[in-house]
Amino acid sequence: MLCDSCKEREAVINLTQVEHDSKVTLHLCEQCAQAKGVETGVAVLKSPLGGFITAMGKGATSLLPTAADGLRCSSCGATLKDFRESGRLGCAQCYDAFDSHLRDLLRRLHGSSQHVGERYVGPGELEADPRRQLLDLKDQLRRAVENENFELAAELRDRIRVLE
Amino acid sequence: MIDLSLLPDGGMSWLDASGPKGSIVLSTRIRLARNLRGYAFSQRARDTDRSAVLTRVEEAAAASDRLAGAVTFRLDQLERSDRQLLHERHLVSKELAGLDREARPRPGAALLVRGPVGVMVNEEDHLRLSGMRSGFALEEAYVDLEAADADLGRLLSFAFHPQFGYLTSCPTNAGTGLRASVLIHLPGLVLTKEIGKVLQGLSQVGLTFRGLYGEGSEVVGNFFQLSNQTTLGKSEEELLDHLGKIVRQVIEYEEQAREVLLRDHEAIIADKIWRAFGTLKYARSISFEETMNLLSGVRLGVGLNLISGLSVYTLNKLLIFTQPAHLAGLEGRSTGDPELPTVRAAYVRRILEAEAG
Repeated sequence: MLCDSCKEREAVINLTQVEHDSKVTLHLCEQCAQAKGVETGVAVLKSPLGGFITAMGKGATSLLPTAADGLRCSSCGATLKDFRESGRLGCAQCYDAFDSHLRDLLRRLHGSSQHVGERYVGPGELEADPRRQLLDLKDQLRRAVENENFELAAELRDRIRVLE
Repeated sequence: MIDLSLLPDGGMSWLDASGPKGSIVLSTRIRLARNLRGYAFSQRARDTDRSAVLTRVEEAAAASDRLAGAVTFRLDQLERSDRQLLHERHLVSKELAGLDREARPRPGAALLVRGPVGVMVNEEDHLRLSGMRSGFALEEAYVDLEAADADLGRLLSFAFHPQFGYLTSCPTNAGTGLRASVLIHLPGLVLTKEIGKVLQGLSQVGLTFRGLYGEGSEVVGNFFQLSNQTTLGKSEEELLDHLGKIVRQVIEYEEQAREVLLRDHEAIIADKIWRAFGTLKYARSISFEETMNLLSGVRLGVGLNLISGLSVYTLNKLLIFTQPAHLAGLEGRSTGDPELPTVRAAYVRRILEAEAG
């Protein structure tokens, strides 16, 4: 398939954007994708050092889709645009507010979006009861399916399976 | 001027070169990024939030086993020269000290220190806990730190997410919030021109390098800080093991490079080293950067047993005390004094004469 933008080179990337409730899928070649601010795996591989450095820190936020710029954290009021510009999140709740965008970013930054280190138990919190955790996860799964967030749903399903 | 003698060792026990591989590795430092639940992250927080965060951290520290009696420095109430002093001593970041041009420390910016553990408050994250040890000592540095973290975590509510781990202002630190770095002297690899390959290799195994003062600082005097690049998706132990394995390899390469230099180019290397020593001993005016580069040569000479009667500890001390704020403080000058290079040269001469004769 030829690139939708230049109509010259072979398309290697499918870019799906949601604008005004309608879904637009663009098929782009590497150059046009980069021009639109999409980092291609091909480019990252060509220059391991350069690619890695730009993918870290502030540069990485350019990977976030501008279509979702207005998304706002209800707790601190920061928008996804603020995050793109500063490279810093506003508060802990931003991680939930920008969940699906961050998941993708974290995977690119760290090669994973799942914490496997020490599990923190705060003061006054009992050891998390696995039964309660299971109920919470099932509740989150229902909401994810309702919101058609299938990527999140798949992850939740995996975690439920582990607990069960 | 602030009284650093409040800290039993001036916060610099890591300088004594007593740790493993002390002639190649200056220090090992590990930091953990933590934020308090219920407060916006430092950059978005209001001044009242920042001061509330500081109060809560101070109260928790006072009630904890590991940080009770910690010395507190309020960066937002210190003169620039004092803030620079703490930065030169590797106790606070440039950001916390507000040392960038036009910058001021944020209200509520503070440092708590007790023994090998330090806590920066209201830096990019609410808490940046760090543990520092002399030489190559990842496990020892982590033991101190983990205990302090557990202590504070029982008394404060940290922001934690079952999937993303510890939540941090910048997503590059999320997960474990752990960054371990080893400050290592690699003149052998630089002289044999192997350093480029080594540094490029690091990025392929998920590590990164920085200069003497960490993030954003330049490499001077052949000192490199090697650290983990990612913080999420691996456990604390895995991150430390991995860094440890790679650093051991880099040390081995450095030792090999030194052997090669001594075997194939001894006359050239010896000449470089003695010239560096000679300049340090007899110069009448010297910049900090030149001092660093010359100290690098002398340090190599000590490591190769070409120079004797000079301890690595003395070289480490020179590295710290020839920095502008330290030197100015010692000699009763201001950091902007145009005579500082002359004062520095005299100071270096005095120290070297006292020890090496």
